[in-house]
This record gives sequence, C-alpha cells and structure tokens, in this order.
Amino acid sequence: MTVQQLDVAALAALVPSGARIGVTKGEQTDVPMALTLELVRRGVRDLRMVTIPTCAFPASGMMLDILVGAGCVASVETSGVSMSELGAAPRFSAAVKAGSLKVIDATCPAVYAALQAGAKGQPFAALRGLIGSDLMAHRDDWAVVSNPFEDGDPVAVLKAINPDVTLFHAPMADRRGNVWIGRNRDLLTLAHASATTLVTVEKIVDFDLMEDETLAPAVIPDFYVTALAEAPGACWPQRADGSTDLDVVRGYMAAARTAEGFADWLSAHLDARPEAAE
Amino acid sequence: MSAGAAPVRPEEIQAAAIAGMLEGARHVAVGMVSPIPGTGALLANERSGGATRVSILGSKKTTFWTNGGSELFDLAGRGRLDAFFLSGGQIDGGANVNLVGVGDYPEAKVRWSGSFGSAYLYFVVPRVILFRWEHTRRTLVDKVDFVSAPGTSEPGVHRPGGPIALITNLCLFDFQRDRGRFRLKSLHPGVTLEEVMDNTGFDFDRPERVGETPSPDPETLALIRGPVARRIADVYPVFARSVFGVEPAAA
Repeated sequence: MTVQQLDVAALAALVPSGARIGVTKGEQTDVPMALTLELVRRGVRDLRMVTIPTCAFPASGMMLDILVGAGCVASVETSGVSMSELGAAPRFSAAVKAGSLKVIDATCPAVYAALQAGAKGQPFAALRGLIGSDLMAHRDDWAVVSNPFEDGDPVAVLKAINPDVTLFHAPMADRRGNVWIGRNRDLLTLAHASATTLVTVEKIVDFDLMEDETLAPAVIPDFYVTALAEAPGACWPQRADGSTDLDVVRGYMAAARTAEGFADWLSAHLDARPEAAE
Repeated sequence: MSAGAAPVRPEEIQAAAIAGMLEGARHVAVGMVSPIPGTGALLANERSGGATRVSILGSKKTTFWTNGGSELFDLAGRGRLDAFFLSGGQIDGGANVNLVGVGDYPEAKVRWSGSFGSAYLYFVVPRVILFRWEHTRRTLVDKVDFVSAPGTSEPGVHRPGGPIALITNLCLFDFQRDRGRFRLKSLHPGVTLEEVMDNTGFDFDRPERVGETPSPDPETLALIRGPVARRIADVYPVFARSVFGVEPAAA
C-alpha cells in the first residue's frame, strides 16, 4: 500500500476537533507550521496538545502559541513552552493567566517514558525521580507504586501516551511514503505511538529510502505514515538548513503581546500564506 | 587581546567558581539558555585536557545523541551524567525549585515556561549546581509556590543525585543535603554580608568568617578569554559578544 499524498489543506482536514495531538520540540526542522495555520483556517477546536516533551524553541513555541491564541486548544500537556532565549510565549501565558487554557504540567523524561510505553502498546512506564514534586501531586495519570522486586523502594508509574494524531515536518520522503527523519528519533517513537501520523516534507525523492542501508535506519517506514504532503518551507519560520528566521518570531511576539495585535497578525498571515511562499 | 589586560568581569568569576565544582566530572550537561554555566563547563573541559566531556543542549552540534531527546535522561538514569545546572523562577531555602509560576497552582499570577527535565535530573545527577543571576527576595524565597523538583527526598526514595550549590550574582552557597539547608560559602568581590542577608528570602547557615569568591588566576583567565570564549560564542553569540567581545567562528 502506498501512503496517500495530499496537499496541506487535505492533510489538515484529517484532524478532527477534540483530537489529542502530538508535536515534537522543534530542535530540528520538524515544526508543522503550514499544518498549524491550516488548522486555524479550518477553525478546529478543543485540541488536546501533547508536546514531546516541550515546545520551547522559537518556532515550536510560536506554533503552539498560535494554536492557543486562535482558540483551537483545550489543553496542553507539556514540560515547557517558550520561545527559548527570545522570551515567553505571549498568548500561552495570557491564556493560562486568564484560566482559559488547561496546562497539564509534566517533566521531559516522564513524557518520553509514557510515549515509549504508548509506542510499545503497554499500559504504563516506570520512572525514577518525580516523587515529592507538585507535578506528581496534580497528575491523576501518574502514581507511586512499590517496586515488586525490591523492598521499600517507591517508584513512579506513568500512564502511556497514545496521541490520536501526530503532526510534523521532515526533510524528505519517497514515493511509497517512507519518511527520512535523520537523527530526530523522537519522531519515530511518536509515529509508533500515534493512531494517525500526518507529515509534510521538504521534498519527495524518486528512489526507495529503505533500499539504502545508510539512510534506512533514519526512516519511518510507510507502514506508520497515514498521509503526507510535499510542501517545501512548511516548517516556516524554520529554514531547511536548520536555522530559524528569528526576525519572524520577534515580529510575532511583538504583535501577540495583545489579543488585538495577535488577531491582526493572524489574519494578515492566514491571507499571505508565508508558510507556502518558499 | 592580551589575557589579563581587561579587568576581571563578574561572569568570569562566576564561571571559574562553577568550573571548580566540576573537577573530576566525566560528563557535564548544560541546559538551554545557560551561558555562564556553559562557560564554566567549557573551562572545566579545557582544564581537564578534554577528559570532562560537555554536552550543551539545544543543538545537534553540541550533543552526541543518536537516540532522540530521551537519550540525555536515559544516560543520566544509568549514572552517565555527573553534573547538570538548574535555575528557577523561585528557589527556596530547602533547594526546592519552581519553574512553573507564581500563585496558587493551577491559577497563575505569573506563568513561566515549565519544569523541563528538573523533576528527574535533580534526583539522578550527583552534582546539580543551581544558579540564579537575580539575587532578590522575589527569586530566593522562603517557600516556593510550586515544587517543580524537590531539594531533598524522604528516606527510602531512590536519590543518588541532588543540589550541591547555589551560585548567584552576589554569592555562592553550598547545599548541605543532611540538613536540607544552604550554607553561605563565599561572597563575590565587592559584595557585603548585609547585602546578601537583605536580599535573601530564606534562612541560611553561615560560618563565622565568610571568604571571598576567588578571582580567576592569569592562566584561568587566559583560558576563559581564549578557547572558552571562542567556543561559547558558537552557542551563545550575544553573550560572547557582550562579555568577551568575541564573534562566533565563521560557519
């Protein structure tokens, strides 16, 4: 079976309101900004975002902030949301202060452990640490149990994470729908754990990625990919070379300081389609 | 630029103090937006002739992970990370760290970015160095509003790791794990004990005589302003330009 190849709008149409959405931290060129803006255009509501494990790089923080500001999000499960050294995520911070956004606070290794359990089809994962933190106190999907193999050894267990839909951008895919992710292995775990995986790619190549032994270990096989779109620049304001256009992020942050400024920024950018311009 | 020509800067004293706490470490990781800890860690690396490996999070150029973002936590869980740095919006006298916000959680008067890896690394990394460059009663509080990561744990909880020190723009504290309290170790040059007392929101122990945080010797200063400055410029260009007047190497 070959993976469906669609355009970005048709990919976004596969995301229902209320879905639990997995996104990665945006350290590499994986931020699904084109899909994000398309979800906003469609007026999707009540998304339950899970960040793997944060959205705290400039472009990933901006992506999450846009979804929150546009009213698409009911809750964010995360270990960190910010624009890194540029500062706080403005609409996210405002929504938390206003009490209109539910934040399910986590810590990075707990997100990874729970996602890995989800990828394996297991009910929970065990993890050191956590005990005595207020994170633990506010999570009804985390618990402390006794290590069955050692007396007097309390250990935290975390309910598995299985997103409904995972969204990301990747450098390339082949005609079958195999997706090359480099060393960005969080994407592989996320695809394993998710029910649906939707991918935009910089380019589609004409050879089979699985036939090349040097590339194959960094491939998500087509088996795990629901649909993809060839969409160069869909990780805007990240660039294909791994850098981020920080002026774009600064401009966004300045505008999004107020709800009105955010609304103006959003309507201008929804019309201009910057994510499809490159 | 000849080393030692310019007056010693506070960042250089702080970085040298940090490097002094990293002696013998095999592997040190530096979190996001931590230029002074990064400078201290790279100084430790230079001094050790490369024996102390430094991973700076946030770029694949300065980390060696091939198994995704969980690899840092996995190797820390296996005891392969000796030192890490944590800051906090609030830090209290029990070394509890708050990275979440001010107010009665989940309500927030101020919301910060989140707890990142703190609630795990604080438990498993033997030498966690706390840092906060705003030493005020607003940041160093009697009790944090939210415990992202606790400074100490109940007996029986697996905890090979934890805080060893807190360094600020005014002074250096040691953390006494057995007592669960900070002890003033040294005052940075020009800082008085009264200033520290006035600006600290928690109670702490202090010796009868408090020393001064040493300024780096000429050799150390030459390392900081030479190879360390050039390397930190690749990761934190704005910091390196303002503190060392150094530009990143051409990409």
